[in-house]
Amino acid sequence: MSAIGSIAGSVRSAGIAARRADFPALHQQIHGKPLAYLDSAASAQRPQAVIEAMVAHERRNHANVHRGVHQLSQRSTDAYEGAREKVSRYINASGSDEIIFTRGTTESINLVASSFGRMRLGPGDEVLVTWMEHHSNIVPWQMICEQTGARLVAAPITDTGELDMEAFHRLLCDRTRIVAAVHVSNALGTINPVQEIIEAAHGVGAAVLLDGAQATPHMRIDVQALDCDFYAFSGHKAFGPTGIGVLYGKRALLDAMPPFQGGGEMIRTVTFAKTTYNTLPCKYEAGTQNITGAVGLGAAMDYLSGIDFAELARHEADLLDYATERLLELPGIRLIGTAAAKASVISFTLGDIHAHDLGTVVDMEGVAIRTGHHCAMPVMEHFGVPATARASFALYSDRSDVDQLVAGLNRAAELFL
Amino acid sequence: MNELQELYREVILDHNRRPRNFGELENADRVVEGVNPLCGDSMKLYVKLDGERVSDIRFTGAGCAISVASSSLMTEKAKGNSIGELKSLFDRVHEMLTGDGTGAAPDIDEMDKLAALSGVRAYPTRVKCATLAWHALIGAISGSQDRISTE
Repeated sequence: MSAIGSIAGSVRSAGIAARRADFPALHQQIHGKPLAYLDSAASAQRPQAVIEAMVAHERRNHANVHRGVHQLSQRSTDAYEGAREKVSRYINASGSDEIIFTRGTTESINLVASSFGRMRLGPGDEVLVTWMEHHSNIVPWQMICEQTGARLVAAPITDTGELDMEAFHRLLCDRTRIVAAVHVSNALGTINPVQEIIEAAHGVGAAVLLDGAQATPHMRIDVQALDCDFYAFSGHKAFGPTGIGVLYGKRALLDAMPPFQGGGEMIRTVTFAKTTYNTLPCKYEAGTQNITGAVGLGAAMDYLSGIDFAELARHEADLLDYATERLLELPGIRLIGTAAAKASVISFTLGDIHAHDLGTVVDMEGVAIRTGHHCAMPVMEHFGVPATARASFALYSDRSDVDQLVAGLNRAAELFL
Repeated sequence: MNELQELYREVILDHNRRPRNFGELENADRVVEGVNPLCGDSMKLYVKLDGERVSDIRFTGAGCAISVASSSLMTEKAKGNSIGELKSLFDRVHEMLTGDGTGAAPDIDEMDKLAALSGVRAYPTRVKCATLAWHALIGAISGSQDRISTE
């Protein structure tokens, strides 16, 4: 190794820093400025390897999966089921039959709410969520509660944006059938104490669904170590494509639950008198699935498997600290969400400048941030703001992105304050 | 003029900082609520009519600079005008904000300060911020709706 090898810190950050080159979309100019993409929590960019895997599949191997006897159908089936294997290994499921492909986190949650909810919920039962849930981990439960007579209960959050664990334990009771909680909050960045949540929920006999949409790009997930009953995530937030997501479920539960949608693929035999259903995982995959999307997701799992997550954690913690420090230099800044355990997501307001004006001004500086309620209106209500601006970082982000954001925010302050 | 100044012209910044005709109007003949659910802009428009003429107009609410300035400019322009004149003005403003340039070109001189809003045309995501107040105005003077949503 060269002299650089003796500086351990540099070597570590160089590994992650080199990853930026893997993402072609990052290397372009927006309004004449280099793109600073700080909207990864909404959708991450894709590495070249993911793009190429999808293109290769489209060019050579596309056909419908399963049952086909011809060569392309076999190749396509191998690729699709191979992707399922990759997801299963990546999140350490006990087998690939516990991996259901869906359109994304939202559909995964809807599947559980609909199938598991129908099986388990009745009048007087409760579903416990948190105040920091994304709407997609609130609305499906509201819908199934209306249908079954169960009650939706929300555990409050503190002023730092952490789950109020005392209240959580108080609200958890023998009426609780399901606890549905976000692993990492999209609006606040808060990393929830999911181990404690799962153990407590199991203590009262409740099943646990974790919304892992924001966790998968930042940390290695091990569903068996977590011992969660369901884990939902999306491909496109974890460097894969849109339109594909995953529901992990414990085999015994998935076996016991009724199917979600009816159609092709999910059946074994159909007569007008009675239909018998397919085994896992096909029982939950009615209709032709997003095959190329699954292939892309499989490639994203390969890509993430090559990441040193300890190094990534240091890289993102450094970025979060740096961004927090730089933003706090701005007069009028208010950070929304200051949890001790936080992923590299920063929500903020600047003076009384409306979030959309902030978004437009920094866009002209080449900076992409998200503005609005982030599909978490109860969070906005808690903090008494209609909307926030949110900068979110991923493994390819660096300090120059933060500097560009701060320059853009200074520009907005000059204009409006 | 750079892109930023093209959108946030001095007139817009001024009307955002010091919105004209801001506040409730007692004894209003028409009250219309306007909301832009996507970005959370919301405004309430109060109109007092003297026959066919808008004799007084005020608004309250919160929103981005574009929506506040647009509301302020609209109320300035609307006061004293007849319902017929305002309907025709609405068409011209709408064309200015959303048109692809193929319709009749709005007379910028006649539009005077309103022309400051034309910068939003280059920003499709912000057009609704500018049109909200104008849709509320139409709702108020035609008495057709008491709640306007851009979605």
